[in-house]
Amino acid sequence: MAQAALRRTSGLSPADLQGTRARHRRERLMRGLFFGAALFSVLISLAIVLSLAGGAIDFLSKVDLGALWSRGWFPRRNLFDVKTIFVGTLIVSAIAMVVAAPVGIGAALYLSEYASPRARRSLKPIIETLASIPSVVMGFFALRFISPEIVQRLFGTDVPLFNLTAAGIAVGLLVTPLVASVAEDAMHAVPSVLREASVGLGARKRTTSVRVVMPAAVSGITAAMILGVSRAIGETMIVAIVAGGTGGSLFTLDPLKGGQTMTAAITALATGSDQVRGSGPAYSSLFFVGMLLFLLTLGLNLLSERFVRRVRRRY
Amino acid sequence: MAERTTTARSATREEVRQALSGRHFDLKGFVFQIALLLTLVFALAVLIILLLDVLRTAVPLLLERGEQILTSGYSSLPANAGIKQGLIGSLYLMVFVLVLALPLGVGAAIYMEEYARDTRLTRFINTNIRNLAGVPAIVYGILGLAIFVELLKPLTGPGSVEGKSLLAGGLTIALMVLPIVIITTQEALRAVPQSIREAGFGVGATRWEVVRSHVLPYAAPGVLTGSVLSFARALGETAPLIMVGAVTGFLATQGGILASLQQRFTSLPTLIFTYVKKPQPEFQELAAVTILVLIAFIFTVNLTAILLRNRYERKW
Repeated sequence: MAQAALRRTSGLSPADLQGTRARHRRERLMRGLFFGAALFSVLISLAIVLSLAGGAIDFLSKVDLGALWSRGWFPRRNLFDVKTIFVGTLIVSAIAMVVAAPVGIGAALYLSEYASPRARRSLKPIIETLASIPSVVMGFFALRFISPEIVQRLFGTDVPLFNLTAAGIAVGLLVTPLVASVAEDAMHAVPSVLREASVGLGARKRTTSVRVVMPAAVSGITAAMILGVSRAIGETMIVAIVAGGTGGSLFTLDPLKGGQTMTAAITALATGSDQVRGSGPAYSSLFFVGMLLFLLTLGLNLLSERFVRRVRRRY
Repeated sequence: MAERTTTARSATREEVRQALSGRHFDLKGFVFQIALLLTLVFALAVLIILLLDVLRTAVPLLLERGEQILTSGYSSLPANAGIKQGLIGSLYLMVFVLVLALPLGVGAAIYMEEYARDTRLTRFINTNIRNLAGVPAIVYGILGLAIFVELLKPLTGPGSVEGKSLLAGGLTIALMVLPIVIITTQEALRAVPQSIREAGFGVGATRWEVVRSHVLPYAAPGVLTGSVLSFARALGETAPLIMVGAVTGFLATQGGILASLQQRFTSLPTLIFTYVKKPQPEFQELAAVTILVLIAFIFTVNLTAILLRNRYERKW
């Protein structure tokens, strides 16, 4: 029907409007190229999983499984106590969140609820600049300032210069901008109707912020914290510089001692501060630890994504 | 029940009378606000102390040796050591980001936003990209170590280089920033209103023609800002480079980037790591100078991004 009408009025057939064959070919080509680029990202994930799993299986087949639960992490002596580096990572991340959670969420609450648009424009760059400090620079700062001027001054000079607390504080500073920006997005997404209703009932600003906005944004704030932990676990350079325990570490629960984290263990193995080369179990333990790190951060990231999605669905 | 209502009502009436007639200063609220503001002051203080600490360490050495630090290469003697190779290495790494990560990232984002329908595959790719962005940098380093350094050794660096070459480092960094490029480009494309596309389709343009002549020009500032930010990220990243072997300060600078591809490499952040790890105080000063140069680099790049955003940002 439509085709007949088209031919009657303009003398054209649908074939005339389909464009030249070259145009179709170019269209298909571009689409294919873009699809290839999108698919490439899946390829990267696959490559990550395969290279981690390959090395990890290699490691598990070579090593005596009892070595995974021993006195400490000393790859050169074939002692691979997983709990040593896992607890080290936990200590650093916990200290990091003690710094990052109050500072990040406080900054987010101020920027979202108290700051005028003009003040916000001049205050937000503080957080953004902090976010642009490379981790290796923060590591230098931890070694030169945080450890001697803060940690050793607070806890006495018998604390070694290389300790987990200094690393944790520095990681916390590095993670703060991430926590702040995700938390602020969540508070920003709270509809202003809720605030107006609260103010209309006579609530003070503080009451509105703490009793209305924060509970409404709680999913997003949780997501911010989880992401912060995930980033803290994966942070490498700071712990490689200031956490100590480069050659290996005994199991320790004391944050004022030097220790080893998962990421620091990986860099130590790769840079060969132990000079581990070739295909011994020490070298392939790097892939095993990498695998644990990958699974841990992936789990946390997926969890935080669920919380973020919950915010989106609600408002 | 009835009793409670009446007492509540009388109390409320009293309170309302007071609230309407008296003036209140909300002290607790004020203290709370100040406490919140202090978090930002704290962040600012950290930044200032950090910069002052770096400056305090760097300036004496800078005054003493001047630009000679910038022009001399790596040396185990602190008096001769400089950061030239790190500077060039970092620039070379930027080339990889520009040539590989940008086209691939923008292409992938165009597919996801302009071509893909909401299928299961699309959603899977999207989740995958988001997860890739959250993978710790050091895991990309392990990927680079397994694939570029070991598997592709004949290609990336035969012989004594053992695959730990500029090529391996550049590819690793490019893969690492790819998800960031994709996500920021997706956001820029999403900000272009649908009506712009419909106008293009209305005059008979194909999908690619609409993207090229309508969507991309409007999204360009956003894409550019995102790319510039990924540059900043790539500049400061250290861990993956250390994994693929950028430990020492060597970089073959003769004959440009092509001749250096299969040679060992270094970059500004890895140089900082190398210098920080050395016990001599002279190397600490050298590390501080390198940090100054790196931070200057990164701030310039970020400032460019902000200026671009402010200049070209458009409200629909």
